[in-house]
Amino acid sequence: MSGTALAAGAAAGAVFLAAGYVLGRLTARRGHAAADLDLGTPVERATFHTLHTASLAAPPLRAGLTGETAGRAARTLRSLLGTEALCLTDRGAVLAWDGPGESHHRERVRALVAETLETGRSRSARADCADPACPLRWAVVAPLTGEDGVLGALVAYGSRESAVLVRAATEVARWVSVQLELSELDRSRTRIVEAEIRALRAQISPHFIFNSLAAIASFVRTDPERARELLLEFADFTRYSFRRHGEFAQLADELRSIEQYLALAGARFGDRLKVTLQIAPEVLPVTLPFLCLQPLVENAVKHALQDRERGCRVTIAARDAGAEAVVTVEDDGVGMDPELLRAVLRGEHPAGSGIGLSNVDERLRQVYGQEHGLVIETGLGAGMKVTVRIPKYRSGVHPSAP
Amino acid sequence: MNPNHTYAVVAVTAVVLATVLIGALGLRISRTTSDFYVASRTVRPGLNAAAISGEYLSAASFLGIAGLVLVQGPAMLWYPVGYTAGYLVLLVLVAAPLRRSGAYTLSDFAEARLESPAARRLASLFVVGIGWLYLLPQLQGAGLTLEILTGAPDWAGGLIVALVVTGTVAAGGMRSITFVQAFQYWLKLTALLVPAVFLLAAWYGDGAPRARFDAPAVLREHTVVRLADTVRIDLDAPLTVTVTGSVDSVRHDHRTVTLAPGTHHVLAGTELAFAPGTRVPERAAGDAGPSPDVARGDAPLASPGWSQPLAGGHDGHQLYATYGLILATFLGTMGLPHVAVRFYTSPHGRAARRTTLVVLGLVGAFYLLPPLYGALGRVYAPELALTGSADAAVLVLPDRVLGGVLGDLLGALLAGGAFAAFLSTASGLTMSVAGVLTQDVLPSRGVRHFRLATLLATAVPLGTGVVASKVPVADAVGLAFAVSASSFCPLLVLGIWWRRLTPPGAMAGLLLGGGSALAAVMATRAGLAPAGWAHTLMAWPAVWSVPLGFLGMVLVSLATPRRIPAGTPALLARLHLPEEFAAPVPEEVRR
Repeated sequence: MSGTALAAGAAAGAVFLAAGYVLGRLTARRGHAAADLDLGTPVERATFHTLHTASLAAPPLRAGLTGETAGRAARTLRSLLGTEALCLTDRGAVLAWDGPGESHHRERVRALVAETLETGRSRSARADCADPACPLRWAVVAPLTGEDGVLGALVAYGSRESAVLVRAATEVARWVSVQLELSELDRSRTRIVEAEIRALRAQISPHFIFNSLAAIASFVRTDPERARELLLEFADFTRYSFRRHGEFAQLADELRSIEQYLALAGARFGDRLKVTLQIAPEVLPVTLPFLCLQPLVENAVKHALQDRERGCRVTIAARDAGAEAVVTVEDDGVGMDPELLRAVLRGEHPAGSGIGLSNVDERLRQVYGQEHGLVIETGLGAGMKVTVRIPKYRSGVHPSAP
Repeated sequence: MNPNHTYAVVAVTAVVLATVLIGALGLRISRTTSDFYVASRTVRPGLNAAAISGEYLSAASFLGIAGLVLVQGPAMLWYPVGYTAGYLVLLVLVAAPLRRSGAYTLSDFAEARLESPAARRLASLFVVGIGWLYLLPQLQGAGLTLEILTGAPDWAGGLIVALVVTGTVAAGGMRSITFVQAFQYWLKLTALLVPAVFLLAAWYGDGAPRARFDAPAVLREHTVVRLADTVRIDLDAPLTVTVTGSVDSVRHDHRTVTLAPGTHHVLAGTELAFAPGTRVPERAAGDAGPSPDVARGDAPLASPGWSQPLAGGHDGHQLYATYGLILATFLGTMGLPHVAVRFYTSPHGRAARRTTLVVLGLVGAFYLLPPLYGALGRVYAPELALTGSADAAVLVLPDRVLGGVLGDLLGALLAGGAFAAFLSTASGLTMSVAGVLTQDVLPSRGVRHFRLATLLATAVPLGTGVVASKVPVADAVGLAFAVSASSFCPLLVLGIWWRRLTPPGAMAGLLLGGGSALAAVMATRAGLAPAGWAHTLMAWPAVWSVPLGFLGMVLVSLATPRRIPAGTPALLARLHLPEEFAAPVPEEVRR
């Protein structure tokens, strides 16, 4: 019985401990709030309130102007303006309506905003409502602008004509426009990353192609069988690298492409290039961004063979580490000045040798988060070791259909 | 028990060393580009299946089944059947789609299918809970093994296994677990098979005595039994026995006593010497182990003993418990954290299915052996049923039947195999529990947190093992199966085959089914379950908790149709279509 009693005691202790912790946290938070009782003058508080409401509307708008985001933003925008009803449109249709009167005002919005969409100027107009009970008497139309001109309009309805409402609606529309411009910026950033992947694919450098073909040509007479094999490797390698579809690939496929790359590089450098591969087979099915290891190996080969007569070794290792796979690419070549490398990773030396590195680093961070960038250990003359930690699962990361 | 411990210690040390070395160095290494292709080829189903089997065959399989068969007879054969059949269900319903989902842990699957971080966190809690429930008997089994082999205190073996596993996993030593686990499978099979051949030969040479399960076992020679716990024994005929210690509160010092039919209390530490041909007395129903109340003779409860879950004489209880066992093992295998994780190693869904098929064969072949040990134990070491350490049957048999150096060597082989069982299952479980702890439970990420998580993953069951009551290993594992069957089986089956599953539904099902099973299991282990039917219901929750889990998921999902994740059709297509159709693979060039 003593064992059971001990277990029960331990369990009870754990529960009390947890309860105490939670209570402590709660009271601490409350105490914190009570400490700054000075909440400012009424004017300041009103400002805070307005800023807070505005900040609530920002996140949906950052995703662009669509029916869904407009619907979520319209509610906060209306409480920001304090009007009877509020409507958001794009150039073609009504996206969202918040407040009463949607049934009989909605079809009239198009006519109301047409002029503003044309001129890009705010205006105030009578709502022309036949229903005497309807509170929507006046409408203020303000344009929403993006980089390419007017994207849509914000319509605020009031019960009477008011200069304040005109002013407020114009300012809110301008603020929304800033958010929309930011969302365009976001989208262009992702487009740039996509373009970089495409560039990386195309970046299989012309030098590499010339050199490979020259190396193959040198075998055609002396060792036709080897030349044929190398040509097949070359065909495989280019096909894989130029494949159109999918942002992700399995580690096994990436390694096969690296194998082909090394076979071609080996044909050129002969015995000077030695390669070791250490693979834990359970990480081979790991999915990772397409072509994110090949630049690392290319870099290692380049470093290993720079300004050297003696042979160099490149080691590629993949091992299992719980929910992650750890891949390292190591060479004992000339190494690199860490300061220079830092600059390369910041993207300040786009013409330098490390464009592949910074591209891979950025893509890994984008897919897996900031803590999954490249870890590089190097020094002048000390070789270089690049470590990548790849989570075995991340939502949205799978060898996708085209 | 065994005078010559050296062999056993050497065998255990060798197994531990081999595990650590293969884990650290068992990578595929190639030094020329020409054998790159071989090194970077994905794991074949055969190797992966051996790894899965190695990880799966735990102390419960290696020691527990034989012990249960010894004590309770052929009814216990449902255990090996259930452990194997679990893979059949896995093969038919889950294997390929689970692999195609790309999920590594079960929490990953919950997130991929339900697109809900909350569901993921809940699934993680269950992964950790099941992992701990499963680790507990592994460590206790290790303690028992080492105690029998060397006389070390019963916490020492568990501590050694925990230290070895935590050390290697936390130091990043398990760089490639597949080869370790595959090695462990073949080691375990050899360790049971070779002694079994010798034992069978000896048994045949002995005139092939039959094991009788319908009558009390009969001792074949003069036997001295030392009871570690206080027990109550039931006699239906007078028993003559030489006692050193206390029986029915009367002290005897090496005196021959004839006990009348009825119930007797034997205090812990008492030695009973039986003459050849004596029937082994049965432990009384309702013997709740080392309870001082019982020893003083205060109104013992009439509940069926925990150590004899399927016994108790009430046919209803027994039938119910058998169904509970069948449901838990058939449906629980798919939700074991270390099993689900292994499927990730298959390159694609078809390979995962083929792997499962091979696993069925390998596990099935293995499970032919433990019942054999159980039956032989009934013949040659029936007094183990009385001492409550029937789990040791496998280990003591070679010494008992063969004796001499051969017996010692075979005993050492079995000890090594048993340690392989603890190490492989414990390291697999620790890896998956620690992985989930790092990702979903502990605050931030990083290598150091994985180490902390590893420590936590083994420390909790180790600590619990010291205070928790001793339970037969196979039963303790059965509890983990019951929780898994009532939480992850509904999640996986409905998640894969039903497109209307919603996050609130899944969470409700997990909480209702898994939560109630977990609560019942914990209450039983803490000894809080009331006597009678309530105890049986709580000790074998699967019969009611699995339907509860399914029902909860279906009903709440139907009530929240708007919460069906947006990506469901695309994900289900990916789960069920072969990879070639989902994502064209570049055709293989003639090599």
